[in-house]
Amino acid sequence: MYVAVKGGERAIDNAHQWLAEERRGDPTVPELTIPQIREQMALAVNRVMAEGSLYDPDLAALAIKQARGDLIEAVFLIRAYRTTLPRLAGSRPVDTGAMAVDRRISATFKDLPGGQVLGPTFDYTHRLLDFTLMAEGEAPQQRNLPDATPADRIPHVTSFLNRDGLIEPVDPSDIAPPDLTREPMELPANRPLRLQALARGDEGFVLSMAYSTQRGYGRTHAFVGELRIGTVAVEVDIPELGFAVEIGEIELTECETVNQFKGSRTEPPQFTRGYGLVMGQSERKAIAMSLVDRALRWQELGEDFTGAPAQDEEFVLMHCDNIQATGFLEHIKLPHYVDFQAELELVRKLRAEAMALQEAAE
Amino acid sequence: MTDASPIARKAWMATLAKAPPARLAALLPYLPPHHVLRQPEIGAVMVRGRVGATGAAFNLGEMTVTRASVRLETGEVGHAWVQGRDKAHALRAAAVDALLQTGAADDIAARVLHPLQSEADTARAFRAAKAAATKVDFFTMVRGEDK
Repeated sequence: MYVAVKGGERAIDNAHQWLAEERRGDPTVPELTIPQIREQMALAVNRVMAEGSLYDPDLAALAIKQARGDLIEAVFLIRAYRTTLPRLAGSRPVDTGAMAVDRRISATFKDLPGGQVLGPTFDYTHRLLDFTLMAEGEAPQQRNLPDATPADRIPHVTSFLNRDGLIEPVDPSDIAPPDLTREPMELPANRPLRLQALARGDEGFVLSMAYSTQRGYGRTHAFVGELRIGTVAVEVDIPELGFAVEIGEIELTECETVNQFKGSRTEPPQFTRGYGLVMGQSERKAIAMSLVDRALRWQELGEDFTGAPAQDEEFVLMHCDNIQATGFLEHIKLPHYVDFQAELELVRKLRAEAMALQEAAE
Repeated sequence: MTDASPIARKAWMATLAKAPPARLAALLPYLPPHHVLRQPEIGAVMVRGRVGATGAAFNLGEMTVTRASVRLETGEVGHAWVQGRDKAHALRAAAVDALLQTGAADDIAARVLHPLQSEADTARAFRAAKAAATKVDFFTMVRGEDK
């Protein structure tokens, strides 16, 4: 039960004033600018955009600054902001085959057409603290780069397997997908709805779910068929013109897993797929998403439900959103004086009854 | 008013939308006389992806976008939909869209559009070169038991 509480305004004002001071930190240290956060904390910015479900690097950087680096609080700010925006259109589905790739690797084929491109990766670093960064080292120097012509298209690895019929086909469809920001999510969810929920889901939650499948809770034997990071154009049909125009470019991370599949009553033995697509450079999340996507497809593929959390659509989809989770979790710290008063009365009454019974027995 | 082909217009609108706002402003500091038909409006576009890259569409998440429309005093109407929340960018892109439909189109193309296009190409090639420098040739080592 909720009742209005009055008072405490001065305390609240002072708390917020202090918050602003703490956010600023030691005033002798230069203040962070939004471009500094956007350019130098880019992966934090990416995460806030992905989970805030709004691609705008400047706003995500602002949210991180305002939230003192608390990324879930920053996601909350972005989610709140996005509700104020009128929805002007839905884009045409982005064409990741035409992505300008910064990174593109496959764990299944070493000699894939188009090549393995490492990109700006943490892989193969030694994870040793680099103290030169602490000493404010100079900007990286110009280096000699090979001549390269940007490719128009880079084929997906799964398309090679597709040609041989060794992997399940996916059928293109332009049916307007369900949108959980417009209508409350209803279960069972179709795959497009699940992917929307996972794409904005908490990275830590999705990672743990994916990890649980690797450890045996709904195992799907996943290989990373392909992981690619780069920019794609976003194209929108402009009603006043009658044709589609590219309105900008966004960075995406895409992961497709290739999963072992023995076949079922309805499907021949072939590889199956899991899919992950995340805003920004976020390969941990994209890989995790593709594993969870695949685990959730047990019913469609005629596999057994083993009771694993990652197979349980309701468990995954209803708990992956960190704003819903944090909202419900943290609300219990807010005044519940009346609730608690009622509990207190109840416990006193039960105790009195129990004691009376005990006395009567003696 | 010259009739622009939709293909050409589609291409220049994309170039204008993707242009760094400050660069566009530097190339066209002053807007031609115009009426604003639609004040710059900030909103969101829901970006869609496809399941498995080629399958059913799904909603990935939104992006910010600003749109605006102008009419030049000579009658040409320009539209812009540009990523982000920069109202001046949207207005300027709409004005250039209109100018590219006038007799001054060739001049505007040479002064504004072509520099933006070539700078975008250079940036893309530079990024592609950085990526190409990280291209690997994996080779499988001979293992002991394979002798």
